[in-house]
Amino acid sequence: MASASNLNTLEYDPELCTRCGMCSIVCPHRVFASGNGAAARLIDPDSCMECGACALNCEPGAIKVDSDVGCASAMIMAALTRRKEATCCG
Amino acid sequence: MTARDRLDHVLARLGVRRSGWRIRPGLYRLGEPGPESPVFVSANYTLSFDALRGALQGIDSYILVLDTFGINVWCAAGKGSFGTDELVSRIEQTRLADEVSTRTVIVPQLGATGVCAREVLRRTGFKVRFGPVRAVDIPAFLEAGEATEDMRRVTFNLKDRAVLIPVEGKIASPILAGLTLGAYLADGPVAAAGVGAAGVAGFAGFPLLMPWIPTEDFSTKGFLLGGAVGLAAAGAALLSGDGSAGQRAARAVSYVLALPAITSFIALNFTGSTTFTSPTGVKREMNRYIPVMAAMAASGILVNGARHLFGRKRG
Repeated sequence: MASASNLNTLEYDPELCTRCGMCSIVCPHRVFASGNGAAARLIDPDSCMECGACALNCEPGAIKVDSDVGCASAMIMAALTRRKEATCCG
Repeated sequence: MTARDRLDHVLARLGVRRSGWRIRPGLYRLGEPGPESPVFVSANYTLSFDALRGALQGIDSYILVLDTFGINVWCAAGKGSFGTDELVSRIEQTRLADEVSTRTVIVPQLGATGVCAREVLRRTGFKVRFGPVRAVDIPAFLEAGEATEDMRRVTFNLKDRAVLIPVEGKIASPILAGLTLGAYLADGPVAAAGVGAAGVAGFAGFPLLMPWIPTEDFSTKGFLLGGAVGLAAAGAALLSGDGSAGQRAARAVSYVLALPAITSFIALNFTGSTTFTSPTGVKREMNRYIPVMAAMAASGILVNGARHLFGRKRG
């Protein structure tokens, strides 16, 4: 079942992968596996928390993900103040 | 002022614990670094800097502290203050290229959310190597020349969650104190104790018990935990000799309705402190459950208020 921990907007196009391996280095939840000269593979997409590190460091733009601040309290504030973007932690 | 002076300055400050949360951004020397020594990048938050400094004991190195406004690496990277632009300008401002002959900076892995490695290389000539998630793994990382899978993975174990309890409690306590006082004035000691217990269940019980509460969503886990508190408070109300049977029943129903909403709301807010929830998932959970919480709290208050309609205990 989709929940706060496994619903996400991660998209990956292996056709564009240049095999640099950066996605598997930066991901804190080991969503990608790379190596052996093959294109990176999505091995655990449900664990993605949309931090955006992979997309930022993917040169060919093979990875897309809507990354944002993840705190409920920040989103509540954003909703109350009608701002589009949630911000938190100062 | 040289980097050496700045280091002494910081060490002196750190001697008096917690005198300052922010480290002055810039280049620091640890031990007796030479032009070949490794350069580690950190945030200007005392705890981030201390974790790194502690892990690097006995390792001659440089620490390049970015200005993240006193925020830790991961949160600052999420907001972009621990980011490409700040790293590039700090490398230039500290004349790092003149200080060291190495052309690599080691950035904590969680900084990757804000740091685009190829952009830093293009703009400064410095290659970004992403180090392990936790500073404590740095010696092993340097030894092996690379990070293991475990060093690259973020955890959220019992200890990680337990250390958050004081923070969560501090955030929740002003509102909880108000709600507890309100419940005491409007109803009495059982209601006040119930509100307080529902709050503690949210900011302390939930972080500790989270993985073992048998539902998927944070909010429903909160409903279950708060439900237990609600049932206990309802039992106390029914057993008390306070008021007519109707009044006691109304109280009991109101606790079962309202108290879980308090616990659940605090549990939902804990999504911001975890290491694994996605904004998309949190938004969906908020849209789904905040209306339920509001309805439960409102109906609980209404039922509690309606107990006066049952009249006083006779005889």
